[in-house]
Amino acid sequence: MYSESQIAGLEERARQIRCDVVQMVHDAGSGHPGGSLSAAEIIACLYFQHLRVDAKRPDWPERDRFILSKGHAAPALYAALARRGYFAAAELCTLRQLGSRLQGHPDRLKTPGIEATTGALGHGVALGAGLALAARRAGASWHTYVLLGDGEVQAGVVWEGALIAAKYRLANLTCILDQNDVQLDGPVHEVLPLEPLADKWRAFGWAVLEINGHNVRQILEALDHAALIHDRPTVIIARTTKGRGCSFMEGQAAWHGRAPTDFELTCALEELGHAE
Amino acid sequence: MPSSAVVEMREAYGKALADYAAVNERVVALDADVSASTRSRYFGERFPSRFYNVGITEAAMVDVAAGLALGGQIPFVHTFAFLLSLRAAEQVRTCVAYPRANVKLVGAYAGLSDSKDGPTHHSICDLAVMRALPNLTVVVPADAGEAAACLPLVAEHEGPVYLRLSRAAVPNLVPEGAPFELGKGRVLREGRHVAIINCGVLLGRCLRAADELAAAGIDATVVNMPTLKPLDEDLLLQVASSGAVVTVEEHTVVGGLGGAVAEVLSRRCPTRMAMVGIQDTFTETGPYEELLDRWGMGVADVMAACRRALG
Repeated sequence: MYSESQIAGLEERARQIRCDVVQMVHDAGSGHPGGSLSAAEIIACLYFQHLRVDAKRPDWPERDRFILSKGHAAPALYAALARRGYFAAAELCTLRQLGSRLQGHPDRLKTPGIEATTGALGHGVALGAGLALAARRAGASWHTYVLLGDGEVQAGVVWEGALIAAKYRLANLTCILDQNDVQLDGPVHEVLPLEPLADKWRAFGWAVLEINGHNVRQILEALDHAALIHDRPTVIIARTTKGRGCSFMEGQAAWHGRAPTDFELTCALEELGHAE
Repeated sequence: MPSSAVVEMREAYGKALADYAAVNERVVALDADVSASTRSRYFGERFPSRFYNVGITEAAMVDVAAGLALGGQIPFVHTFAFLLSLRAAEQVRTCVAYPRANVKLVGAYAGLSDSKDGPTHHSICDLAVMRALPNLTVVVPADAGEAAACLPLVAEHEGPVYLRLSRAAVPNLVPEGAPFELGKGRVLREGRHVAIINCGVLLGRCLRAADELAAAGIDATVVNMPTLKPLDEDLLLQVASSGAVVTVEEHTVVGGLGGAVAEVLSRRCPTRMAMVGIQDTFTETGPYEELLDRWGMGVADVMAACRRALG
């Protein structure tokens, strides 16, 4: 269904997002590279293939809505929005600076293309359920997508939101769970185990799809599959690697929230095959 | 003209919400399993397709409402005031106040009005919490008539609102003649010596205190201040010219009306003040009117505060 060139194009988008992320977090002197890098393919597939959005009309009423519930991955989202044309890529280097439109976590009132203000973890499922209910009320066909972290779903309010979405059979809501198994203090399976995670979502009344979150074809096919499920919300559990693409960051909790040094940036960009 | 009929505020509110929703399609309502108490069920019975009872999920309910608002609806969120202001406080901050989501937060059973359920159900610091959040408008009707009158303005105000409601049945004392205005207080009685500022259902007690003070030669102004935030500073400064101000609220004296008035007066017109309310303590179970007297909100407490403020 997707051609090799489409897949290759999206892989290149993900690579570009990764280059932008490490550069931005380096320049800002702080931020969250690990969880931004684990989500690069997911965000690339959404913004460069799957979402019905128009960068020239951020308020287009019929657009799909995307909520970055794991708001600390903001650098990856900003990179995608800039490369998609919501604002100039030159603005990416202002991340976290005073006066910048690119806040440390997404702010819907400041940044074109940001649908929901997030950053404190746990809000996305219930926010997304509200958006999905609004679409249903309006008889609109737009779809709501939420990107969750795995540490994030330790928060009880996530499961309250999951109950509510299941009650109303919100088939127009799809969550993608970036399961990189690393949170700020260490491995998710040690800090507070979540398994069996797929069973939990199924027990809460959701359709569950499980994929490799770095495989672009699997991501696209799962998003298409979710659109065909008409009686309940879907969660796509995407297995990923925290810090993916920078070998020295991969799987390391220390890279949840710290900026690369000049040397580390050079190493990261070299590994990512940065063109410049 | 004021009617002295005793009406339950929640009854008036519930009916007003349902009536208003009939003319505004964008209004939706949510409740966390207390719709029979908050009276949002009147809305639910008339408009079942836009009424969401989400069970005991106060935090998620606020987030769902924020999502509905982002999707163009005008959600009214209902639960007990203590839960809305404390259990769901982070949701209110992050998803409603900060991003200016057009959500109407309706805190029922505020103050001591759920009297016999006791301190776990009393809401004595919701105003302090809500008032401290930027972007939130805070509305506190004094009686059933005001609760119904403010509703269309709350709905049509573009931005988040906290609406504090009481379970109590109190007399309708606010004159119906003048239309309700967000951000405006009103002088209900003019006096020269001291100004009593009321926020909420203790208005009757304020007026009785003013009557009794008059008999003792003290001439009190009584102001009803149904919008706690933004506070009607001009009116406050005008009545503070008497030189003595007393605030009256069914709330802790920390951070509510007393705090709001003190913040304005200390900045713009330092004035002798006294605060009537709960004196930084938890309360107890009991009959409503007796609880108010026991915990510092009696007519005698208002009178004593006026005397203190007069020095």
